[in-house]
Amino acid sequence: MEKQSIDQLKKTCSQVRRDVLRMVHAVNSGHPGASLGCTEFFVALYFNQMEHNPDFKMKGEGEDLFFLSNGHISAVWYSVLARSGYFNTEELATFRKIDSRLQGHPATEEHLPGIRIASGSLGQGMSVAIGAAQAKKLNNDDRTVYVLMGDGEQQEGQVWEAALYAPHHKVDNLIATIDVNRQQIDGPTAEIMDLGSLIDKYKAFGWEVVETKNGNDLEEVIATLEKAKSLLGNGKPVMNLLHTEMGFGVDFMTATHKWHGVAPNDEQLENALGQLEETLGDY
Amino acid sequence: MEKKLNTKFTYTEKKDTRSGFGDGFLEAGRKNPNVVGLCADLIGSLKMGAFQKEFPDRFFQVGISEANMMGIAAGMTIGDKIPFTGTFANFSTGRVYDQIRQSIAYSGKNVKICASHAGLTLGEDGATHQILEDVGMMKMLPHMTVINPCDYNQTKAATMAIAEYEGPVYLRFGRPSWPIFTPSDQKFEIGKAWKMIDGSDVTIFATGHLVWEAVVAEAILAEEGISVEVINIHTIKPLDVDAILDSVAKTGCCVSAEEHQYNGGLGDSIAQTLARNNPAPMEYVGVDDSFGESGTPTALMEKYGLNAANIVKAVKKVMERK
Repeated sequence: MEKQSIDQLKKTCSQVRRDVLRMVHAVNSGHPGASLGCTEFFVALYFNQMEHNPDFKMKGEGEDLFFLSNGHISAVWYSVLARSGYFNTEELATFRKIDSRLQGHPATEEHLPGIRIASGSLGQGMSVAIGAAQAKKLNNDDRTVYVLMGDGEQQEGQVWEAALYAPHHKVDNLIATIDVNRQQIDGPTAEIMDLGSLIDKYKAFGWEVVETKNGNDLEEVIATLEKAKSLLGNGKPVMNLLHTEMGFGVDFMTATHKWHGVAPNDEQLENALGQLEETLGDY
Repeated sequence: MEKKLNTKFTYTEKKDTRSGFGDGFLEAGRKNPNVVGLCADLIGSLKMGAFQKEFPDRFFQVGISEANMMGIAAGMTIGDKIPFTGTFANFSTGRVYDQIRQSIAYSGKNVKICASHAGLTLGEDGATHQILEDVGMMKMLPHMTVINPCDYNQTKAATMAIAEYEGPVYLRFGRPSWPIFTPSDQKFEIGKAWKMIDGSDVTIFATGHLVWEAVVAEAILAEEGISVEVINIHTIKPLDVDAILDSVAKTGCCVSAEEHQYNGGLGDSIAQTLARNNPAPMEYVGVDDSFGESGTPTALMEKYGLNAANIVKAVKKVMERK
């Protein structure tokens, strides 16, 4: 795919946020908070960073692969996949409805193009991404594997099994990202189960660690992903700590856990859409 | 007792079924370069060492982290690899149920979950390791195939067969030295029951180590003039429904025999099949809602009733109910 310019990417972000809000509003369920917070990251990956083919093949030979471990933010992924051409944007209207390929959490059962593994039960995606990365090495495929996790998800034990494994086995074709929005369902992560310093933890586990201080600043998201890429191939996996604001782009949703898994009502939707330009045409 | 009996199958050698797995795994690796191995710190116990030695680049020591192993295996299938994971049956199922459910079964990934030391015959390690619920857990998962072979030869053949089958498989085997009574050149057909002995009064449906006990039970009962059909159900899912219904239509009653809880095991699958199609008297030989304990395999099988003597009792009981 052709790489989009910063101006184009910003327009895409606005449209993706509109998609997310309209999707969750239509079914009065889903997870808008971190979907909005991670929009710049998804758009940067799919429209600027990854080599990928919307004519979907499960194996993804010669392509960069992306895995979403925190599957509850499926809305933003579906929007970005549709806007990239994996399937028609009209299908976004089926999100979470009966007989849809767009399940509440990503799944392969209905064969939605772009999805390579089911996710939703937290803590599993990094292991899967490591396996996919090691298979690429066995196949002499030099492309990169990306995985996104949540920060609350770091409370799952399996994440740390994977964190230990990847440096030991020199999985250096992997860029993992944690969406550090400091929120989880029951409240701020610092109150629910403090994660301490994720930089220190991953460094101690043997990872290269980069930080995206403002994960809602497109230029910085791209610059950090470029830096992460430059660190690959040196025997270590790379961790990108992506600091975002949950609900970014909609003033009343920003920086609170309250919109983690709650959809806006009619009035709130209208207010939110008023803050986001329709750039590519609503589905 | 066994030696004096005129069993319809005989043996000259005993070996552990896990060795059948190890040898089959090596053969599968030689046949197909996409076959890879993962093990959670039990390479010796799983007999995966020969594969590791011959194909070091295709073998991954995961350490004591079974959840991670299941996820990595699932991820490797995306690059067309055929991962065989190895650990004890307990850590292959109960410990990692959610990982198998989401990343392997629901995602339809071509992972072969290879589980040793299943059941009471693990012996002295005791109940923490003697899983008797694994078949139930695995067979409940949509897309999952569940296989429990009976001896070294059948385990080796099954291991090679699952490498050629596309889809998630749970392969269950064990630790004790056990009679090798099936042919070394057998063709293993997933989902196809094997009628080992023809009979007309009662059917014994057996799986895993209990198939040999069923063969012995048949010889004991034959001496008493009872005609027993013995069917080897190596594939518990998908179940060979036709073989079960055909046999019970002829004999009119049956006994299931397995190294597993009554709940959720082969017996339940057969009972469900009969209830829905042709209700008939049935008895279970298995573990009746209890954990195991330490002891020798033989002592445990006797205490928990998983042997030929108990199959004979069950046969007599079920025949009275006809």
